[in-house]
Amino acid sequence: MEKRVQFRAPLLPWLLIAPQVLVISVFFFWPAAQALLQSFQIEDAFGISTQWVGMENFNRLWNDASYLTSFKTTAIFSLLVAVLGIGLSLMLAIFADRVIKGAMFYKTMLIVPYAVAPAVAGVLWIFMFSPSLGVVSYGLGKLGIDWNHLLNGSHAMTLIVMAAVWKQISYNFLFFLAGLQSIPKSLIEAAAIDGAKAWRRFWTIQFPLLSPTTFFLLVINMIYAFFDTFAIVDATTHGGPGQATSILVYKVYYDGFKAMDLGGSAAQSVVLMTIVIALTVVQFQFIEKKVNY
Amino acid sequence: MNFKIAAVALAAAFTVSAQAQTEIQWWHSMTAVNGEWVNDLAKEFNASQKEYKVIPTYKGSYAESMTAAVAAFRAGNAPNILQVFEVGTATMMASKGAIVPVGQVMKDAGYKFDPTVYVSAVAGYYTAPNGQMLSFPFNSSTTIFYFNKDAFKAAGIDTNKPPTTWPEVALAAAKLKASGHKCPLTIAWQSWTQLESFSAWHNVEFASKSNGLGGMDARLKVDSPLHVRHIENLANMAKQGLFIYKGRENVPEATFISGECAMITTSAGFYGNVAKNAKFNYALATLPYYPDVPGAPQNTVIGGASLWVMAGKKPVEYKGVADFFNFISRPEVQSASHKRTGYLPITTAAYQLTEKSGFYKEKPGTDIAVQQMIRKVTDKSRGIRLGNYVQIRQIEDEELEQVWSGKKSAKEALQAIVKRGNEQLERFEKANK
Repeated sequence: MEKRVQFRAPLLPWLLIAPQVLVISVFFFWPAAQALLQSFQIEDAFGISTQWVGMENFNRLWNDASYLTSFKTTAIFSLLVAVLGIGLSLMLAIFADRVIKGAMFYKTMLIVPYAVAPAVAGVLWIFMFSPSLGVVSYGLGKLGIDWNHLLNGSHAMTLIVMAAVWKQISYNFLFFLAGLQSIPKSLIEAAAIDGAKAWRRFWTIQFPLLSPTTFFLLVINMIYAFFDTFAIVDATTHGGPGQATSILVYKVYYDGFKAMDLGGSAAQSVVLMTIVIALTVVQFQFIEKKVNY
Repeated sequence: MNFKIAAVALAAAFTVSAQAQTEIQWWHSMTAVNGEWVNDLAKEFNASQKEYKVIPTYKGSYAESMTAAVAAFRAGNAPNILQVFEVGTATMMASKGAIVPVGQVMKDAGYKFDPTVYVSAVAGYYTAPNGQMLSFPFNSSTTIFYFNKDAFKAAGIDTNKPPTTWPEVALAAAKLKASGHKCPLTIAWQSWTQLESFSAWHNVEFASKSNGLGGMDARLKVDSPLHVRHIENLANMAKQGLFIYKGRENVPEATFISGECAMITTSAGFYGNVAKNAKFNYALATLPYYPDVPGAPQNTVIGGASLWVMAGKKPVEYKGVADFFNFISRPEVQSASHKRTGYLPITTAAYQLTEKSGFYKEKPGTDIAVQQMIRKVTDKSRGIRLGNYVQIRQIEDEELEQVWSGKKSAKEALQAIVKRGNEQLERFEKANK
């Protein structure tokens, strides 16, 4: 049975969502429209002369081999960040949920990284992993691993994935913890009485009941990886070595804000926006069907 | 905060003059020691007269303050004076409606403005193809070579005869390595030191059209046999552990200060940092070159920044800007600035004044950069000024990293730089028709 509230005055619902619509218009629709407009233009830095160039900005992207490799880099990066970020924080949430002594302390410590700005997070990681100076890279050297993210693309990718995941774990953790705590204890106790071991209780009760949270976090983490990570890349690898960590959003940021090529940057952000919208639609179409509310 | 307000109120009470002061906004990117220098210049000027008040504001890194100025200009409240790094010079020059040529500003205010007083490499760089000087030279630097004397001694190298050529550098690096040194040579600002300055130093073209000074249709030429030879050499040194790559821009500088790397090529502006923080004996030397190349060494290219006057302001403000420029153009001021910051003395008079004061004898090596720059420049060595230069530098970094990691040969990487860089140049030409 569907539960639906009907408003008597037809204007009231519109009025109620008006503040949200206003906020979205100012912070999303308006900039998005502007990006769309600029993606068809070439402009000098100061905006003195503007030319309409049709699809040229986009054609240039398709003809740029390095832009196309950037898709692959972004796919790898986003997948790693989303999967590792969700997996690790789920694990931490389960442990934190079980802990009795000092639970508050663990929870607080796990939430701390969320308060750290992305650029600062990047710098922290670069300190630890700086070749020859960093604590971790020194330790790795002792273990026979010659850590050098300045020249080794996989090392650089590992570094930004770690920084990005670390940054996002707190957020995921909070949602999972809340999700776990909202699962009625009676269900778990009943299963325990029936003889289900911890692992089985997790897979048959907790995980399915967490699926709305997991799904929500999957969408959020994908968006985070696609849009919010440029500061980490900018603070650690600058997209290097070569273009090994040049993810799409970093190129948008770099071309727009550092190189001041607004047309090119706008075209890239339109592409990025399309990808994320498509991904979100796909997630809602297919994965959401497996979610139990 | 309260103290600040009180101080301002007090200052206001004392300066009750008949006419209000005209404020001149100056956005810059100078930090630490150099930030104090900028503030002092403004303070001295403000104390010297009553009509104008120069207000220096730190707006972040060079790239950040330029972006901020672009945004401010679009919103109609740009500063009067903007400090722009050499990489942004072509962009500023192409933005005709956004700036007022400094020669024009000085002339309108009734000052005689003579570009020939500047060191020719400096003046040439900020002069448009039509001969008009567009911005005011401020903090100019160039690329030099630093080495750790203690490390040299430990490796049995004569510190009185520093390596001046690339074969000698390789030899010194090999000796350092043999003596157990883990990082004989590193390179900061790789594109600036190993491609741009390298080209001018050997009197070969970095790009056509006098390296872009002659017009926007310049195209890169860094895939020449000499460039390939040099990058190949460095790649071999990297393979043998003689040259250790330590990152982009000035990141590698820290490894010289810490003593980890024994030799480095980087900006002359690094001197202040070394003098203050190095816990070992060091020396400055000229950039290495290949002795068999005719015409080498020529001169190295200019880096650093200049001051641009933004368009769309009131006439009285331009008069103030001109007064201020005139004030900081005096040889005493410029010589003091040079000694204080390590940036080049931008006029010949300032150089002579500094020399007369005995500064170079007192602090050996501080004149290396000057010696490299005060030479008669050629069309190939005057400077490098290209559009979309920020992107081109990035491309150079990306491709050179492929060489150091052994993924690409020197030739492949340099050809890729030319191809990808030229796309940027074509695009810039199109956007600034």
